[in-house]
Order: sequence, then C-alpha cells, then structure tokens
Amino acid sequence: MTETAIATEHHHHPSPPPRPTGFRMLLAPGWLRALWMAPLFAAIGAGLVVGLRALAGWDPVWSELHVLTVALMVMAPLGYLAGIGCFDFWVYYASGRPTRPDDHSGHGATRWQDYFRVNTDHKVIGVQYLATTVVFFLVGGLLALLVRAELAQPGSDFVDPESYNGLFSTHAAIMIFLFIIPAFAGLANYVLPLMIGAPDMAFPRLNALSFWMLPIGGVIMLGSFFYAPLSAGWTQYAPLSVVGSEGNVFFQMGAQWAGASSIATALNFLVTIITMRAPGMTFWRMPLLVWANFTTSLLVVVATPFIAASQFFVLFDRVIGTDFFQPAQGGYPLAFQHIFWFYSHPAVYIMMLPGFGIASEVISTMSRKPIFGYRLMALSLMAIVFLGFSVWAHHMFVSGMASWLRVPMMITTLLIAVPTGIKVFSWLATLWEGRIRFTTPMLWALGFVSMFVIGGLSGIYLGSVPLDVHLSDTYFVVAHIHYVLLGGSLFTIMAGIYYWYPKMTGRMYDERLGKLHFWGTFVAFNFTFFPMHLLGIQGMPRRVADYAPEFAGLNLWISIWSFVLGASFVVFIYNLTVSWARGVPAPANPWRALTLEWQVSSPPPIFNFDRVPQVVGSPYEYGVPGARHAVLDGDREAAGLEEVPAR
Amino acid sequence: MLVLIGAVVGVLTAVVAAFVPWLPEQASVQRERIDFVFWLTTWICVGIFALVSAVLIYSVVKFRARPDDDSDGAPIHGHTGLEIVWTAIPTVLVVVIGVASAIVLWQNDRAAGDALVVRVTGQQFAWTFEYPDGTTSGRLGLPVNRDVVLDLGAREVIHSFWVAEFGQKQDAVPGIRTRLVITPKKVGTYDVICTELCGPGHALMRSFAVVMEPDDFESWLEDEAERQAGGA
Repeated sequence: MTETAIATEHHHHPSPPPRPTGFRMLLAPGWLRALWMAPLFAAIGAGLVVGLRALAGWDPVWSELHVLTVALMVMAPLGYLAGIGCFDFWVYYASGRPTRPDDHSGHGATRWQDYFRVNTDHKVIGVQYLATTVVFFLVGGLLALLVRAELAQPGSDFVDPESYNGLFSTHAAIMIFLFIIPAFAGLANYVLPLMIGAPDMAFPRLNALSFWMLPIGGVIMLGSFFYAPLSAGWTQYAPLSVVGSEGNVFFQMGAQWAGASSIATALNFLVTIITMRAPGMTFWRMPLLVWANFTTSLLVVVATPFIAASQFFVLFDRVIGTDFFQPAQGGYPLAFQHIFWFYSHPAVYIMMLPGFGIASEVISTMSRKPIFGYRLMALSLMAIVFLGFSVWAHHMFVSGMASWLRVPMMITTLLIAVPTGIKVFSWLATLWEGRIRFTTPMLWALGFVSMFVIGGLSGIYLGSVPLDVHLSDTYFVVAHIHYVLLGGSLFTIMAGIYYWYPKMTGRMYDERLGKLHFWGTFVAFNFTFFPMHLLGIQGMPRRVADYAPEFAGLNLWISIWSFVLGASFVVFIYNLTVSWARGVPAPANPWRALTLEWQVSSPPPIFNFDRVPQVVGSPYEYGVPGARHAVLDGDREAAGLEEVPAR
Repeated sequence: MLVLIGAVVGVLTAVVAAFVPWLPEQASVQRERIDFVFWLTTWICVGIFALVSAVLIYSVVKFRARPDDDSDGAPIHGHTGLEIVWTAIPTVLVVVIGVASAIVLWQNDRAAGDALVVRVTGQQFAWTFEYPDGTTSGRLGLPVNRDVVLDLGAREVIHSFWVAEFGQKQDAVPGIRTRLVITPKKVGTYDVICTELCGPGHALMRSFAVVMEPDDFESWLEDEAERQAGGA
C-alpha cells in the first residue's frame, strides 16, 4: 500500500527482521506461542485455585465454577495476551535489561497477516477494531433474530425460558460492549491521529493491548452458551445475578476485559488529543469528532471503573461469599443498582457522543457548510458529560430507592434534553442554505438525526417520574433504547464507516448498494421498533419469553420486519468486502473535505504525514474563498500566512 | 412552504396520537393523573417533531445540490439569537413537564389515613397478598373507590408489581419494604404481572387484581379466609 507522496523527511520503513524458523517459532511473539502459553497459564490458575482451597481446607477441593473463573476467564486470557506479544516490550523493560530501540519495522500492514498480529500502527488497529466489532455485531444481530423468532407467537416455541433469558441478555451485552463502544473506538483510532496531524496515538503499544483485550471479553461472554445461560440481563441485578444461573459469571468477567480495553483506549485518546495536536490546532480549531472523542474519553475513564466494581461485587458475592447484596447478611440489593447505573448511564453517552462527532463531520462536508454554532456544539458535549453523571437514578424510579431522590434525578434528566436539543437544531441549521449531496454517509447522518429525535422524545416520557412508573420495564423502554442505540449509535457508525471507507481501504464502496442498505435498514427499522411504543404503553413487559394473547398481532408484525432488518445488513457486508477487493480506487479526498485526514493519500502513508502539518484556521470554512484549515507542505511563508500561535 | 410541511406533519402526527388507542383502560385515580402528564408530554412532542421534520424535509428538498453544482454553501457560522431561543424554549418546555410531573408524583404517592393496607410478597414465581385480618390470597381483591397502600417485599430476588390499568408500579425487593398507592375506580378484573426479570418463570409470574363493590369485597375476603382455614 504505497502512496504518491514526496520523499519523506526522516521516516523510512526498514524491512522487518527475518521470521524465526524451527523451534524459535514457538518462542517468538505470535499465535503459535499463545497456543502453549494460554493453556500453561490456565493450568497455573487451576493449580492456584485447587492449591489454595486445599490449604484452606475447603471441600470439595475441585470447584468447577472457581476453576472456570480463575483459569479460563483470568489466566488463560493473560497467557494468550502474553503469547501474542502484547507485554513483550514492557516485560523486557521491567526486567532491567537494556531496551531494544524500536525500529518501527513491525509498524503498518502490507499483507493480510499483519492484521492478525500485535501491531502498533493506529491505522491497522482501527481496522482490527472495525472488523472485530462488525463480526460481533452480526453475532449480536443473530441473537436478536433468535429472540424475535421466539416472540413471533405467544407461548414457548423454540427455547426454554431460561435459554431465552440468555438470548436477550447476551444480545445486549455483545451489542453494547463488543459492538457500539469499540466500533466508535475503532473509527476514532483510525481517524483521530490523522485528523489532528499526528503520526500515531500517544501510546501505540497500549493501543495494541487495548485492541487485543476486546475479543477476549466477547469470547468469554459467548462462552456462556457452552456452560449455562447468561440469563440475568446485561444489567445483572443482584440478587438474581448472584443466586441465578452460573452463566452470569461470564458477563461479570467478560465485561472486565471489555471495560479494561475501553479505559486504556480512552486514556490514550485523552493524552493524544491533549499533547499531540499539530501546531496551530487550538482546542477551538479541533474538528468536532476530536471534541466528541475527547469528551467521550473523559466519560470512559471516570465511569467505567464503576461497572467493573459492580461486576466484581456480584461475582464475589457468588464465588467467595461476600455479602454486598445479600439482605440476610446485612447487604443491600439496591446498592448494586446505584453502582451499576452510575456507569451505565454515562455509558449511553459513551455510545452516542462519538456518533454526534461523526454526524457533525458528515453533515458539514456533505452540505458544504460550516457547522452551525461550533462553539455551542463543543460546549454542549461538555455539558452532556457533566450532566450525564447526575441522572443515573432515572433507571431506578420504581426500584424502591430513597423516594426523595426521584425528583432531583427527574430534573437533571429532563434538563439533559437541552444540550442534546441544541445539537439537533444545530445540525438542521447546518443544512440550511447548504449544497447538500445525498451520498450514503449523508443518508445515514440524516437518518440518525430524525431517528434520534424520536428516541430523544420518548426519553422525555421516561424522564417524568409518574410516566416512568407506568412505562418502566415495558416495551416502551425497548422502543426507546433501540431508537437511540440503533437509530442513533448504529446509524452514525454506518455513516462513519461509509464516510472513511475510502480513506481506510483506498477503494470507493458501491454507492447504489450503500443506498440500498440505508433504505432497507431505515424502513425495516421503523416498522420493527415503532410499534413497540404501543406495546409498552398497553402493558407488555420486557424480557419475557411469553406474553398475553392480545399482543400477538403486533409481535408477529415486529418479528417479520426484524428479519427484513437483518437481511439489509447482508447488503452491507457484501459491499464492504467486495468493494475492498474490487472497488474503484479512491482519491485522497473524494468528499472534498477540509479536515486533515483527507489531505493525505487513501490509504495514508505509513506514518501519516511526511511533514508536520501547520493548522491555520477552522476545519469547517466552506464557502469562504481562500480559507485554509492547514498547510501541509511547508509553504506557509510562500502562502503569506502569519505565524502560527504557540500551542 | 416550511410552515405547510410542518402543518401537514403536525396534523398526521396528531392524528396518530389521538386516534391510535395508546393507553389501556383507565381503572385507577392515579392513572387519571398519569394520563394527564402523558397527553401534556405528547402534544409538546408532536409540536417539536413537526418543527424538526418540517426543517429537515424542507432542507433536503430546497438545498439539494444539483448534480453539476460543485459550489459550497453559505458560510453561516451561527446566530446567537437563534441559539438562545433554541436553548431557552426547550428548557421552558421540560420545566413545564417537570413541574406537572412533580405535582402528579406527589399526589400519586398520597393515601388517606384509612387506606386499606395489603402486604404483597413476590417470590419465584408467584404473588401472595396478605390482608389486615391475616387472610392471604393469590389474588389481589380490592374494594372500588378506596385508597389502597401496597406494602411490598420479596423473598429471594427482586420482582416488580404492575397492573397496567392502575398505572402504578413498584419493585418488590428482598430485605426492604417498598410502598405503592392505588385507588381503583372501576370494577373489573385486571392482570397483575411482574416487571423485573426474576428468573425463568418471570413471564409466567401473573395474577389478577379483582376490583369489587365494597360488599362484594368483604364477601370475597371472607371466602378467601374460609378457603385458607378449610384448605391447606
């Protein structure tokens, strides 16, 4: 994947060292080494559990659940990560030996195999994230179709109730932790360093580790299907998550890996954005995608440890006999909900704010207009971060928590509609007097705005305590969450994938198939989820395998359309894969956009920029003749541009 | 043109709002108040949706770039007055909804001093209702037009009590007591369901709330007491 750039200044790509042969293949970082290190670590874990239990005099010494948790969910993944090489540099460094200077020979991808090893190039990692999350999206979607197949008719049809509970619980767990959150991380991983004029992320090795922790979380969660149903909902309320199916442990541990991945990535983004912006890119000259990922990363680093804590606590209540949530021993079940939702509400903003950034980029470029109200757009992101930490108990209005807490939480919940509304109105105003091109990314972005408005309005209902008393835990909530997560988050992920596809792959996707995908999804999505508002208000609860006969007609309609929705994604996968192989080669800037990633080739040079870009203006100066966002080839003096202000 | 589109969308949405039977039968006084907030919120949302749709539809039609047009749009960066308006008006609207909701919440939480107190226990996977005289039943018999305070608890995991026609819902939590006020206003039989995932039997954890005239309620209570004494 070479580019047509001029001769590089000081980056040259040395050839990688010769690949090891013979016995050394087992010692070099890679899948072969992981193949023996993972079982070795698992065995050590099992030995630790058995040994400690024997020492403590516990009976039986072999406990399947404890060995499973330690050996398979902690030690084996560590052995796997060590085997493929995530820790090599740090272990070498920590052992006190002289460090080996990194010659960057492992950086970047020239063959498909490069995508399956530990790679420190943010562009490779971004593609790894996207490919992995798309695979998990298909798995999560399949689980949804199994749920809808069971719900097509009343009564138990294909699965027993406990297995059914496992289906929707795992559907949610996979979609949240293995698709939406990491897909945004992957897109940002690819685009963000380019967009700020940086050669890579601040911590490339940590970036690689972040990625490799992610599939571990997914594999663990899906592993529940081989053991026992993960059946207490992704929300894992105590006491059910403690006394119910052992399969729930698979979520409690899987979420730790996914959470660790998310936190490490967010840390990386924060440091990268704060310290590695190109000269002249003040915070107020950053593209909104950068603002969005900056604010999202703040949410992630502060909030995610709380879900880790909540999951450790229910795990410990089950496996080592703590009493956090057991009332008989003085525990308090509602404490779980407070700790859990303190993360899980910000989590929904983690799942939406990057999408807001993508929407701003696409709408601005495709309307050929500056984003309306740029400053307020950035400030509203910050407002959502702060307010977002103050609303968690709106998930607990009927929980029996301290009754005085309901009204303050209602106030903050209703108020958070204001910064969100500001963004919607600003996108609409961006369209006004624009020159709109209805490319596939733009269709997804506009679809997002309209669907997110519906989801946001249904959220107003849920924010009112007396209304929520009626609507809580019904299909109205299912409708709301899918309008904001599918119509909101997924639509923006699609917008981002299509928008940056040419940059990442060097090929154009097929535009007609892209439009077909959009319209198929848009129509089927609305037919599937809008009726759920009615089902909920009328009285159908959520998380049920069976329902009252009066709801049968609507459920059948919904199930049929859900399959059409699933089918629309076949078009997506086909387009993604075939266009990468055979699509029209993409120019550097097919959208004639102004941000920095479009000023380099598609795909970009291995270290992104041959010279450090100099940012001289806003990234959205459409319609202003002669306006420039950045100067790339060092001709600032010749272009008559004044000194760039110090960062 | 913009106004016309807004009016059309507004009317269509209003028709959907008004003529689809969204709400279940209203069988409690609390539901009257809930439904008031529901309709207040709905009309506000219809207005907002019509406005957003109008701007969106108008824009995608009017500002579409012609295939041969490569030019940029107008370099409009913002408009402080507009931004103030679209910050202030939504704030006012949500405050209105919030105030109405807070008042309704306060009213729906109140019960008369002589309210009937029924102790409700949720377990995997059934509801048990215990009356002041000690009678227990698997069904919730209630006298019409009298405040009822449900005193809820649960055995092993969290359950949640709900009758859609009454509107009121509350979790039943092991280790604590929770409270719910219902004032039934219509004689009839309504489904009691569980609305907190509680295990494999969650969907089947159903019972009935039977609202009766006061005399019928007393007879029912006596019958349940007899059944309890005579039976198991």
